[in-house]
Amino acid sequence: MKMEDDAPVIYGLEFQARALTAQTAETDAIRFLVGTQSLKFDNQIHIIDFDDENNMINKSVLLHDAGEIWHISGSPADKAVLTTCYSKTSESRVLTCAAVWRMPPEWESGNHESPDDSSNNPQTLELLCHLDNTAHGSVACVLWEPMGDGKRLISLAENHVLLWDLQESSTKAKISSTATLEGKGQLKFTTGKWSPHHNSTQLATANDTAIRGWDLRSMSQIYCIENAHGQLVRDLDFNPNKQYYLASCGDDCKVKFWDVRHINEPVKCLEEHSHWVWSVRYNHSHDQLLLTGSSDSRVILSNMVSISSEPFGHLVDDDDLSDNEESQQEDKGKEPLQDSIIATYEEHEDSVYAVEWSVADPWLFASLSYDGRLVINRVPRALKYRILL
Amino acid sequence: FMHGSSDKHSLFFNSATTPPDSDPSQRRRVHSMLKHYYGLNEEGKVTEQAESLDPCDINGPHFDPEVYLNKLRMECSLGELMDHESCMVKQIRSLDSDMQTLVYENYNKFISATDTIRKMKNDFKKMEDEMDCLSANMAAITEFSAHISGTLQDQHAQITKLSGVHTLLRKLQFLFELPARLNKCLELQAYAQAVSAHRRARCVLQQYSHMPSFRGIQDDCHVIMEQLAQQLRQKFRDGGSSAKDLSECVELLLQLDEPAEELCDKFLSHAQSRFEADLQGLEAELKDSPVTDTDILEFIDRGCNEFVSSLCLVIASYQELFINQMANGKLHVFVDTLAARYFSLVERRIQEEKGVSDNSLLVRALDRFHRRLQAISKLLPGSAVPSQGTEIVVRAARERIKQYLSALQTFYHDSLTDVRQALAAPRGATSKDATPSLPELLTSLSNFILNQLKSVLASVHLFTAKDITFSNKPYFKGEFCSQGVREGLVVSFIKFICQSSRQYCESAGDRGGSTPPALLLLLSRLCLDYETSTISYILTLTDEQFLVQHHTPVTPVTALCAEAREAAQKLLNHYVKVQGLIISQMLRKSVETRDWVNTIEPRNVRAVMKRVVEDTTSIDVQVGLLYEEGVRKAHSSDSSKRTFSVYSSSRQQIRYAPSYTPSAPMDTNLLSNIHKLFSERIDIFSPVEFNKVSVLTGIIKISLKTFLECVRLRTFGRYGLQQIQVDCHYLQMYLWRFVSDENLVHFLLDEIVGSAAHRCLDPSPMEQSVIEVICERG
Repeated sequence: MKMEDDAPVIYGLEFQARALTAQTAETDAIRFLVGTQSLKFDNQIHIIDFDDENNMINKSVLLHDAGEIWHISGSPADKAVLTTCYSKTSESRVLTCAAVWRMPPEWESGNHESPDDSSNNPQTLELLCHLDNTAHGSVACVLWEPMGDGKRLISLAENHVLLWDLQESSTKAKISSTATLEGKGQLKFTTGKWSPHHNSTQLATANDTAIRGWDLRSMSQIYCIENAHGQLVRDLDFNPNKQYYLASCGDDCKVKFWDVRHINEPVKCLEEHSHWVWSVRYNHSHDQLLLTGSSDSRVILSNMVSISSEPFGHLVDDDDLSDNEESQQEDKGKEPLQDSIIATYEEHEDSVYAVEWSVADPWLFASLSYDGRLVINRVPRALKYRILL
Repeated sequence: FMHGSSDKHSLFFNSATTPPDSDPSQRRRVHSMLKHYYGLNEEGKVTEQAESLDPCDINGPHFDPEVYLNKLRMECSLGELMDHESCMVKQIRSLDSDMQTLVYENYNKFISATDTIRKMKNDFKKMEDEMDCLSANMAAITEFSAHISGTLQDQHAQITKLSGVHTLLRKLQFLFELPARLNKCLELQAYAQAVSAHRRARCVLQQYSHMPSFRGIQDDCHVIMEQLAQQLRQKFRDGGSSAKDLSECVELLLQLDEPAEELCDKFLSHAQSRFEADLQGLEAELKDSPVTDTDILEFIDRGCNEFVSSLCLVIASYQELFINQMANGKLHVFVDTLAARYFSLVERRIQEEKGVSDNSLLVRALDRFHRRLQAISKLLPGSAVPSQGTEIVVRAARERIKQYLSALQTFYHDSLTDVRQALAAPRGATSKDATPSLPELLTSLSNFILNQLKSVLASVHLFTAKDITFSNKPYFKGEFCSQGVREGLVVSFIKFICQSSRQYCESAGDRGGSTPPALLLLLSRLCLDYETSTISYILTLTDEQFLVQHHTPVTPVTALCAEAREAAQKLLNHYVKVQGLIISQMLRKSVETRDWVNTIEPRNVRAVMKRVVEDTTSIDVQVGLLYEEGVRKAHSSDSSKRTFSVYSSSRQQIRYAPSYTPSAPMDTNLLSNIHKLFSERIDIFSPVEFNKVSVLTGIIKISLKTFLECVRLRTFGRYGLQQIQVDCHYLQMYLWRFVSDENLVHFLLDEIVGSAAHRCLDPSPMEQSVIEVICERG
């Protein structure tokens, strides 16, 4: 009865969209950023604020007239700063570029005064600097240094890893070091992830079916999982609590979990989606919770207890030690939790290309499908209480 | 009418007229009546019973003449009364005559008895006189006899004494002659005589050993006997002596107070050495000639003839010699240790028997082995040896089943390799007849496996043949059939087939790589056939052949069928996936590698699309060879290609038109969105049904969805979009016929063209008529 879960909240964009991120530096409000894809109209960044109390969405729109957005990422230090990867057509050549932007300071106030008018007269993003990639080709994604000071970035352009330093309050970007993936054929990074562990000195990238690890100090490859997936690898994510654990997903409909110290075999493999899996995300606080989005239009929330950092079924607390016996009996009664699918969300009707956990509320997540539908869902209460209590 | 009072008189009158022995039955009746009258029953005892209280019963004790008369008078007519009277008169007369006869008889007997008594009186008198005379004579004889014995008393004592001395002297002579006699016996090797002679003298010598002369004799005898014992032992020790000699030796030695235990040990150790030779012979055979030289039957034969038969002999002669408990225990230990060594050799030999070609040899060998051990069980009832032998046979049978299973598995793998090679063989136009088609391959594979399984069953069946001694052991009747053959062999093999089939789905990787798709398809059909018929056929066959009585729970047919079906499903799903991915890969490459912005105006359908259609067609043919057509939804138009293209053109006009006019952003996808609202969600990699249409639908779904996703990642120029239009139209022309629901193809192709239009910098679609012309040109 009290376990009844709130219905999902759905927000529709007017444009098709692929790019979704939580605003990394914002820890109070539940806020997501969505970048649109349109070749005919000015593209936008929708700032979606979720009002948890009233189960409502407030949106603001910022203009992004540089081109259609393929990737978006918020600075970990300054919530007004973000990067986008956008495609630019010039001389009948399409190139995906990357830039650092600042949101105009008035967006928030403007939004609240007249929410309905915001789309009519949207404010424009302020360009801070380009991550100039003309020499390196199209950018697949831009990664901020996790928990960093918002001054270091990595962009993956074709087969290059570029490490940038932002200077002069982010108005100038300078390449500090690079690495290039050499090999047969036309190699191209599809995605990457900057590891939050090891003092942020490691990076994982995906190209074709391989996953590679890089040491950013020496800019050299440290491991390579060849044929990590049968088909293209679409996304990666690091376990926020277990430094060697990595999740990946791809066109073979699978989600695989790797211990990068033993790369011959995945630790675990999930095959729940009926088409390519485009996005995989660990919950930031409870790493047993895993979110995946797929072009079968489904979002799946899994509970991967067996490989999470949290022990099975929350064992004895310190102050419980006195009545140890009792709690042990309780533990015996409790089945060790099995890895399981918690829920499959079917609110989308087109391919889901992005899923994200909220930064502010660990029990809340958003998913974005190509037709521009953003769905905000919560972890089922029953599970939430089981994890917490 | 006075009969009531005078009937007893009239009995006498009657007797004259009727002769007493005229009629035996009549006489008996009369006797019984008389008896009755005197109160005697049949057995001559007095009975108190009142037979009839009826006063009208003329023969009853309570007969009342008055009542009877009254009754007659009242009941009968005059005629009847007259008859009755005459009858009664007749009866009375007869009774009277009977009575008379009896009295006469008794009277005569009295007279003769009186005569006899009188005669006896006279004879007794004479006899008394003679007896008196006899007793007087006897007294005189007694007196004389006493007198004579009194006079002969002294002489008699002397004679007795003399005869005693004589005997003693003879005994002494025997004693004095004893050493010489013994020596002589020793010389002649008449050991038995010597021993018996010595035995007779032994006690005496012992008793009088305090006297020097006797002592000398005793010592001499001792020495000689010692010698004799020595010789006997020597003889005993010499291997050559026959069993009979040996037993004689032992008997004599036992009589010479040799400790029995020592003898047992010696006897056994002596025997042991001979067995040692036998066993070493066997072992040598095992070592030198690995399988090739002698077959197992010869080996077992040799073991039986040499080892087992001599073991039986030893047991028999030993049991004749030593009977007590200790000896028996020793024998058991002895036999057990030897048998253990023998068994270990046999087991080693059995283990070397790995070739599964001819099982009859092994079975016969085991049978012989087992049969010969039964002799031991008869000779040595408590022995564990025969049961251990049975254990070995059981183990061998178990091992054999395992070998057969692995042989079957190897065979299966080999068959699959053959199939694989046949599939890989180039399928040129000329060699079309040479390479067998898929259904042929399937039938031949299926037959190969079935025949192999049958021949294995036949081989294993030998274990339970009636003439085999161990076939009536409980193991071979029960567990061997159910747990061994049915579960261990047949069920395991079927499970193995399913499992190895499933492995093809897992290990092959997602690129389709190692396993050719045709093999997946073939295996899937094989598993499905197993599910529908083969499994139950095989199991019924097994149950019938082995008369399996299931004491322990066995895998039910349904579980196996379910497993086979699951495997078939998995294989078919995998087949769809692999084939889908092959086509997907082509489509993906074709979309990813092209510069869609700067492409020229389309003049042709791209080669890759033709390739896709060709491949799909050949897959259709391939699947059609093994799977049934399946059902499709009714076509919404005439199924011929020509008319379809007309139909589809008009339809497309309506459908695509809104997508290409970018009037308002909300409208762009409206139709498609509405379609989605009302159509069911399409699962791309979803399980397929066991028919051609479903398989093809699955493959086409996967391919087109890939196409869609790839298109969405690119940006198109005007001609890029038009090329996609042309390609999609081409696909639509050819792909609809393969799927269960052509709307599915339409929907996905619409999505592709729609997405391409969306991703187009200059969306100006090509005229439908132009598209058709291009497509029809080929």
